[in-house]
Formats: sequence, C-alpha cells, structure tokens
Amino acid sequence: MSTMTAPVDNGVNVGALLEAREALTAMPEAAQFSWRATCEWVKGTHSRSTVERFFGLGQEQSHRTTYQYDTDHPEIFASEDNGATPVELVLAGLAGCLSAGIAAVAQNREIQLRSVKATLEGAMDIQGILGIDPDVRNGFSGIKVKYEIDADATPDEIRAIVAQSQKRSAVYDVITNPTNVTVEVN
Amino acid sequence: MVMRISTVILGAGHAGLAMSRCLTERSIDHVVLERGEVANTWRTERWDSLRLLTPNWQSRLPGYRYQGDDPDGYRTMPETIEFLERYADLISAPVQTRTTVTSVRPAHDGYEVVTNRGTWRCQTVVIATGACNIPNVPAIAGAVPSRIDMLTPMNYRNPAQLADGGVLVVGASASGTQIAEELQRFGRPVTLAVGEHIRVPRVYRGLDIKWWMDKTGVLDEGYEEVDSILRARNVPSLQLVGSDDRRNLDLNTLSGLGVELVGRLAGIQGDRAQFSGSLPNQCAMSDLKMNRLLDRIDEWATDNGLDGEVDPPHRFEPTRVETSPPLGVDLSRIRTILWATGYRPDYSWLDLDVLDRKGRIRHDGGVVESPGVYLLGLPFLRRRKSSLIDGAGADARDLSGHLAAYLDRAASGPLLARTA
Repeated sequence: MSTMTAPVDNGVNVGALLEAREALTAMPEAAQFSWRATCEWVKGTHSRSTVERFFGLGQEQSHRTTYQYDTDHPEIFASEDNGATPVELVLAGLAGCLSAGIAAVAQNREIQLRSVKATLEGAMDIQGILGIDPDVRNGFSGIKVKYEIDADATPDEIRAIVAQSQKRSAVYDVITNPTNVTVEVN
Repeated sequence: MVMRISTVILGAGHAGLAMSRCLTERSIDHVVLERGEVANTWRTERWDSLRLLTPNWQSRLPGYRYQGDDPDGYRTMPETIEFLERYADLISAPVQTRTTVTSVRPAHDGYEVVTNRGTWRCQTVVIATGACNIPNVPAIAGAVPSRIDMLTPMNYRNPAQLADGGVLVVGASASGTQIAEELQRFGRPVTLAVGEHIRVPRVYRGLDIKWWMDKTGVLDEGYEEVDSILRARNVPSLQLVGSDDRRNLDLNTLSGLGVELVGRLAGIQGDRAQFSGSLPNQCAMSDLKMNRLLDRIDEWATDNGLDGEVDPPHRFEPTRVETSPPLGVDLSRIRTILWATGYRPDYSWLDLDVLDRKGRIRHDGGVVESPGVYLLGLPFLRRRKSSLIDGAGADARDLSGHLAAYLDRAASGPLLARTA
C-alpha cells in the first residue's frame, strides 16, 4: 500500500521567487524598485489614494488594475468616517506584508497552511497628535500582532516561519527603523 | 632578485601553516610569507582576556593533536601564540617573517608576489591572510559626536583603557557580548545594541557545545549542502566565551548583570542614537535556532545510545526582553562606542581581477577563479568549521589536492600543446 501526499500549495510560486532572487543577484540594478501612490483630498479629513504604476526590473510597471483607498477619521473625531484612518492602513499594510511572508516562507519550507489569521493593535496616546503634551509622540507607542495559524507543522516550526517573515518584511522594517522622509511642495 | 618557487602561501596563521604541512607531505616546494611573526593577528589584534572559543582538544591540525592535560580548557592568547609557534616548528614550515606583501599580480608563467623583501615568481598562490583584517564599522559612525571615543575589538585591550562613563557596544556576537560583559563587571554601564545573533549554551547535557557540534556533524556540513552559501558565510559568530567556569554568555546573562539591551543601531540623529524595534524578533529567532540545534543534538544522542550516559535533555529560559525596549538613548550619557560589528578581509595588495562587487574574492570552495590561486581560512569556505582552527586541516587537504593536480597539469601542459 502506498500513501499519496498532496504537494504543499500555499498559492505562492516559490520557484519563480527563487529564480528572481538568482537573476537579481547577478543584476542588482534591476532590483531597484520605486513604489508610488497618489492622493487627492476629497473633503474634510477624507482623502482618496490611488496606486497603479510602479518602477522595477529596469522599467515602468503597473498593477493589473487601479486600486483606491479612502482614508478618513471616525465620527468621534467629528469626521464623516468615509474610510479607514491612515494609521489603520499602516496596520493593514503590516499585516498584509507579514502574512504574505508567512505564506512564502511556509511554501519554501514545504509546510501546508490551512488558515492564517492576524489581529493587530496599535496603541496610541492621542495627546501627541492633538498637541496636548509635547513629550508624547504622534505615532504608535507600540504595535502588537497576534497570529493564529493552522498548519501542518509543530508550534516551533510555525513560530520560526513567523520570525523569518518579520526578518524579511519591508513594512516591518519601515515601522521598526527610521526612514528619511522628504516632503516638497510644488 | 626574483626568487622562483612552486607555491607562495600568504600568512603564517593556522590556515597557512596547515597548508604548508599539506604541501610538504606532497613534496611541493613553497614558502610561507608573514608580515609579522607566526600567529601575528593573535599577537597584535586581540584583547587581553580573550580565549579561544573552542576547547583545546578541538584545535586539530594536520600532523598535530592536543596531548596536554587540559583537553577541555580554552587557550589564552599567549597559549594560542605558543601553540601555533610550536606547530610551525613541528612541521618545519618554511616561514619568512617580517615580510609584507605589497602586490600579487599575474606573470606570464603564473604569479608574481612582490614584498618588502624581494619578489617571488610562482605558479600557485594560497591566500591565508585571514577573514578579520579590517573592522567593519558602519557608515553611521561618521555621525557620532566627536567627544565620544570609538573603539573596535581590534584596538580594544581591557576595560581600564576606556574613559569613565557609559559605553554603547554595537553588536552582540562573540566579541560584542564578551566585551560588554567585561565592561559591565568593571563598572562601566553598558548599553548593548543587538541585531541578528546566534545564542548557544557553553555546556549542554554536561558536554561542551563544540563537542556536540563536532560529533553530530554540524561542523562538517559542506558548502554545497546548505541552502544558501552566501547566507551561511554571513552567519555571525556564536555567543560564546572560553572560561574556566564554562559559563553561558547569552543576553540573559548580560541583562542579569545590568547591561541594557536595545535593538540594532539604526541611526544617529544629533545627540541621539536610534535603535530598531526588532529586538523581540531577533531574540525569538535566536531562541528558536538554538532549540533546533538542541533538538538535533538530542536526536543524535538517542540514535547513538548516549541518553543514559549524559545528562537528560533540557531547554534554556527564553531570552528575556523588556516589553518596550528603549528605541533611543541620549548620547550625552555615552562616553565610548565599541563597534563589535564584524570584520572583513583586506585585499588591497591583490592585483588580480577576482573580486566581486562587494570586494569579496570569487571562489568555489576556496578554488579562486584565477587558475592556481587558492583561498583558505574564511567562514564556511568549504565546510561549517572552515572558520575554526579545527577546520583548516580538512580544507587544506582538499585544496592542496587540487593545487597538486593543477601543478601536474601545468607541468604536462606544454607537452599536450606540442602534440595538439
């Protein structure tokens, strides 16, 4: 009697990713990407951001379609609440990045994922943004991410995937390390 | 005057000497050129309290095995120097000391090695000049206020050398953790910036971790067996110290002594050093990695019937990390910064087109692209233990075989050319 094992499939084409890594090692200039967004103020605290085009692999690229994200503030801030607050989008970006990494790392380690759920919480003392207390920063005082993962792996293997995903995550890096930001007005 | 010889070995450290022994066994005429004395780096570029991280029995070299009465001890620097001097004598290595190489360049029949004491013509060159010639100080060091003293493990000697005041140690591998511990015990308050690091216990189940790593074959893993050799070659040194009490030197030891743990140094803005918020993950990764090694050891112990002979398996307390580690420190409380951020080799004298864009020599397990040139004594050159004294022997045997075959082919080359 023989047992059939279904191949691990987390929907990530790891072969293509590994090939890309090899190609870009030989051609580091093609690894230079530029990510873009445009944003237009709608009314009050409501703005609409659009992403479509980006640069990479030595040329202009574009998404399959245009994506738009409305940001606003909730009603308790006397706003109309037409979308997520920008800081919630930051949490969504972190979660999306870490979860994508988890899928890719698990695929590479041949571990089948069944479900991956993240809950994020960013603590913030809004005395900072309201200018009440200059000693309080504007941004998060800390972010907590909790993962619940169902996969064919031991608890330590799952923890190792989540750790590796943080190690390779762009958004995790953006949040945990300082970045120079230049804002110009034309 | 130009001197002719088959092989010039650059560097009379453990790697160059091991190669010398292998070439002598094969009756290949060679010279070992050394800028200072035998074991020069150990004499001039190490701090006072440093001991080898490997036990005495483990520093095996071709034709040499430890026969002293303290196989489990760790050599001090004077002992290491004496050991390598004795080895050079034992194998009658043809070492020419006080000879600084200023250029290695192609010649029509091989290579020309130019030194301050004459020029050599040879068919083959073995580069055994070491992995740790230049401290890797990151560019942000340029933003450090000038009133702060800066040191590296290469010019650090002992705690008394430092001015009174706080110390920021950047880097938590072997050098950084050892120096942080010593400074904190001396009474200098230490802040330790921790990036990727490898935690291992000194002793596990009653035996030295290096004994386990040797026996289980971890150290023998070959460069073609690992997933990414580039990553394997960049793995930081283990958090270990060689000491009589065989104590652990992990972040828990250090925070227990009062060392302040912070994330990787991310930037310096005016009078403030900023640290990454990644400390919890760095510690989690390191704990997971250590436990995978211990799992592998336990499995091997069971498979080899050792379970009744050695202490039972156990796990170590996870690294304790504050809930919110500081993301910055005011540099006004820092008097000295010690950059324990690794080293890189110096190839400024190498006039061959063999360097990649990061300044590393392109090679396949020590066989350099330029025919007849070999590399020895770098991390994971051919196997995980390549960075250890104990790894030089196996690498030198492999590469001396390749080198001998190359000389044989070169000798028969003109004949083949005539018949063609």
